Amino acid sequence: MSEKYLPLTATIAVFSILFLTGGFLYNHFLSTLVLGDILADNAFVIIAAIGTTFVILSGGIDLSIGSMIGFVGVAMANLDLAGWHPLASAALMIVFGAGFGALQGFIIDFCEIQPFIITLAGLFLLRGACFMVNLDAVPLRHPFVSAFAGWSIPLPGDGFLASSAVVMLVALLVAVGIAHWTSFGANVYAIGGDRVSAALMGVPIRRTLVKIYALGGLYSALGGIVYALYTSSGYPLAGTGTELSAIASVVLGGTLLTGGVGFVFGTLFGGMILGLIATLINFNGSLNGAWIMISGGLLLFLFIVLQRFLIGSLRFGTAS
Amino acid sequence: MTKLTSTSLPRDAATPNRLKALLRHRMIWPGLALLLILIVDGFVSPGFFTIRIVEGRLFGSLIDVLYRAMPTATVALGMAVVIGTKGIDLSVGSIIAICGAVISWRIHAGDPHFLILLLALATGLVCGLWNGLLVAILDIQPIIATLILMVSGRGIGLMINLIYGGTNPSFLSPLLQGLSVGHVSLIPTRLIVGAGIFLALWLLIRRTAFGLFLESVGGNARAARLAGVNARMILYSAYLVSGVCAAAAGVILTADTHTSDPVSEGLYIELDAILAVVIGGGSLSGGRIYLGGTVLGALVIQALTTSILTSGLPPEYNLVVKAIVVIVVLLLQSANARAALVSLVARRKR
Repeated sequence: MSEKYLPLTATIAVFSILFLTGGFLYNHFLSTLVLGDILADNAFVIIAAIGTTFVILSGGIDLSIGSMIGFVGVAMANLDLAGWHPLASAALMIVFGAGFGALQGFIIDFCEIQPFIITLAGLFLLRGACFMVNLDAVPLRHPFVSAFAGWSIPLPGDGFLASSAVVMLVALLVAVGIAHWTSFGANVYAIGGDRVSAALMGVPIRRTLVKIYALGGLYSALGGIVYALYTSSGYPLAGTGTELSAIASVVLGGTLLTGGVGFVFGTLFGGMILGLIATLINFNGSLNGAWIMISGGLLLFLFIVLQRFLIGSLRFGTAS
Repeated sequence: MTKLTSTSLPRDAATPNRLKALLRHRMIWPGLALLLILIVDGFVSPGFFTIRIVEGRLFGSLIDVLYRAMPTATVALGMAVVIGTKGIDLSVGSIIAICGAVISWRIHAGDPHFLILLLALATGLVCGLWNGLLVAILDIQPIIATLILMVSGRGIGLMINLIYGGTNPSFLSPLLQGLSVGHVSLIPTRLIVGAGIFLALWLLIRRTAFGLFLESVGGNARAARLAGVNARMILYSAYLVSGVCAAAAGVILTADTHTSDPVSEGLYIELDAILAVVIGGGSLSGGRIYLGGTVLGALVIQALTTSILTSGLPPEYNLVVKAIVVIVVLLLQSANARAALVSLVARRKR
């Protein structure tokens, strides 16, 4: 097996082991009900993480995800008050997310500033904008919202696939298509692998970077829409810290943080591992919520060290 | 150069040159920004500059800005050292949370308070050891390496709280609270502590070879290594400095609130600290450490916050104003953006 697939294989193995462990420890854990719940609860994180995968594949980072989720929710709630149909406001938010991301990408490339600090400013700006609109949670009252939240596809067993999980899976398929079957996808991998070589080979760096961050913004806006519809409300603090979960999902999904190596598909499993840990700790009942943070950090550490040695071996491989 | 002009030109012709040199000085922009904010404050709220003596200590908005900026400035000084090596330390907020939990835990266990102070600083040192291990020994990108402690640190703080019952009971400590909210004759103690930390770091960075090594590793790690600098150890020590600075801020903040709350203590302080370094003229691409500029940067941030609060604007505007300041500062620092601005102005004139 190629070393390229090793991180992805490790991710799927960790997920399976965790899921089976849950099955040994608790009755009824190994069921489509639990699996469907994990997918539904983490759909918004995974959607945002899919967009982040492209950003990280290109060697960048996007910290504005969580604020984007909060802002989209607040904006949709207020447009709902103004009588907009949720689908219309969702379309507007998708355009806004892509535009905001594109602007970030442009500033990053044009001003040659680290993506970290520009998207940090984006984090401040969007979260501040949330607080300026309103400080309390605003409910979404349109009948479409409850119809969306109630709709689901029954799975074999007792489980069901919630609407948010369906949106997530469709978004995932689209992203996999973009990453592996378009020239844009190839350019993303090229820039992440070696930016100078990519430029010399004729990859349009600026256009690709703007598109990458636009895609990242679009997916985080979609994550925000799913979150707002799933919770039927817009809350200005929604999504706080989601950027960290999203980055962790991408890393656990086997994408190298140095860029250029990884799979969008792995991010699904990365996000589900985080969801699975939270579910296991909740099933236990006696464990404190602090364990979720610590075990998340621990897994992150293990995967980063694994990656570190993989990169080492890949480098030696090319040298010899 | 300056010697040539001052001898060959009449005395009054040299003044514009001196003005130009002053304008080119790196401290001038953050200094002017701070001055501008303070002048606006003076107009918006009369009495902003009055300093009175209340209950035997100095009191007034200016003192308040200094007082509240101290923890951020302390964290930012450590951050400036790390950023100088082309790194970043995202875990400072979590280090503060862990220190707070350790202080609260040991006080309830009945340790002598001076020992607890040392223990808190040692906690920061241990956190720095961990970050340094990942960055300098395992060669992991600093953002990601410190992200691990950032994610799990608040969890560790909560676990330490569990040791003595899982609540956040308040505590009294004459020593720690003396350092944080007390005052020596007229001056708040924490300002003296802050000045001490600044002086110690300044001596370390500017009066020993260590500072030179730090900047050389940040400028070009490979060249520094070839020149015989032990780049790994230098990089490692930068994270130790940052950890201890964060711990010092943790002592001040924990003693100020009389309790340890790992979930919210020092939340987002890493962002403010990075911002202070950037406003102070430090570049995220490393190689430069400006301690004075960093303190100015922290004061600019706090003055902005204070002026938003005193001007009667809702505090929610704080984040947006901060974001706009960051963007403007970054655009001004970028050569491309400046060139575009200049050509735009030139086209207007034509």
